Amino acid sequence: MVIITHYGYSDGSGEYYIVIDADKCIGCAKCIVQCPQSTLELIDMLIDLEDKTVAAVTEQQRKNIKYACSPCKPESGNAPCVMACEQKAIWCVWNPR
Amino acid sequence: MEYWRWQEYHRIFSEKKWKNKDIITAGVDVGSVGSKAAILIDGEVYSWGVMRTGSNSPDSAKKALDWAMEGTGLRVNDFKYIVGTGYGRVNVPMANKAITEIACHAKGANYIWGPSVRTVLDVGGQDIKAIHCDETGRVTSFLMNDKCAAGTGRGMEVFADLLKIPIEKIGEVSLNVEEEPPPVSCTCVAFAKTEAMGLLRKGWSKEKVLAAYTHAMAIRMGNLVKRVGLEKEFVITGGQSKNIGIVSRIETALGVKCLPMPDWRDNGLDPMIAGAIGAALFGKALYEKAQKS
Repeated sequence: MVIITHYGYSDGSGEYYIVIDADKCIGCAKCIVQCPQSTLELIDMLIDLEDKTVAAVTEQQRKNIKYACSPCKPESGNAPCVMACEQKAIWCVWNPR
Repeated sequence: MEYWRWQEYHRIFSEKKWKNKDIITAGVDVGSVGSKAAILIDGEVYSWGVMRTGSNSPDSAKKALDWAMEGTGLRVNDFKYIVGTGYGRVNVPMANKAITEIACHAKGANYIWGPSVRTVLDVGGQDIKAIHCDETGRVTSFLMNDKCAAGTGRGMEVFADLLKIPIEKIGEVSLNVEEEPPPVSCTCVAFAKTEAMGLLRKGWSKEKVLAAYTHAMAIRMGNLVKRVGLEKEFVITGGQSKNIGIVSRIETALGVKCLPMPDWRDNGLDPMIAGAIGAALFGKALYEKAQKS
């Protein structure tokens, strides 16, 4: 069963999301280590009454994606977090307006 | 007069009586603006309370739960399981566990409206979340966007104050226009407030200004729902589910009706406490699971 989380923003320039597939994520934390902005952390997500450790955007950065992710945004497809993930569980969506 | 101040309230189903052997669970949802607590007996809503969140999360959690317990004769020891959720969920001292509000809102919406719910728009005090869930209320996709209070409960409080309209009336008043004005261009509350003052000076009526702001917010929320994938049935939770001005404009923006709000005055199923109900339901499931193992 899939649980896909999107955190991002939309403004005059377009919309940007950082997307994590909690089903594919194995909680290895490689993306977290690579993130230059400390935007990600491991959390326990309750899936079918079991806690699963997965990567997620930190509570502090959830409303700050516009700035937190801006250094890596030009390379969204090759952002360090995306490149670090062997499970292909994290990706970025950027739709310019 | 404090136009933004909304009524705190609580309710008990007095026809229900609890016994010690019942599985009594509680969900405490500490949001940025409102703190909600729901008490369930064997998975059925028994009582609940809604109040404003103070500056101290642990204190707000305790007060909300006390408010829900008032007149029930229950003590904290009677709860088999307490789940904390919401923005301040880690600050619910009496909770056995903290669960994200996303999971709780989907679960609560499933309880309130039934298994046909697929899309939940939660308009909270300081953020908006679009959730997609399956027939069991399990989250399949979730989307949160933006960084500010635009279009949220807090934004509406700011406008209530600016226009001197009581917050409970704001939806009705926003619909009291002959023609829908174009949406305000700024979604940021601070800038929208400045823009609104400019429109008032230009001679726009309060109703028209409010309509323009509500219109802009509804478009923004509608886009969020489209992004997560609109699938029927669609419902709105959170305090703004009571704002008829927002609800009707989202329906127009999306071209779909949301399931009507259950009459919370009669049956106690208030969309504002969806998260707290969901949390208490998880509490029951987790308690039962622990009993089995």
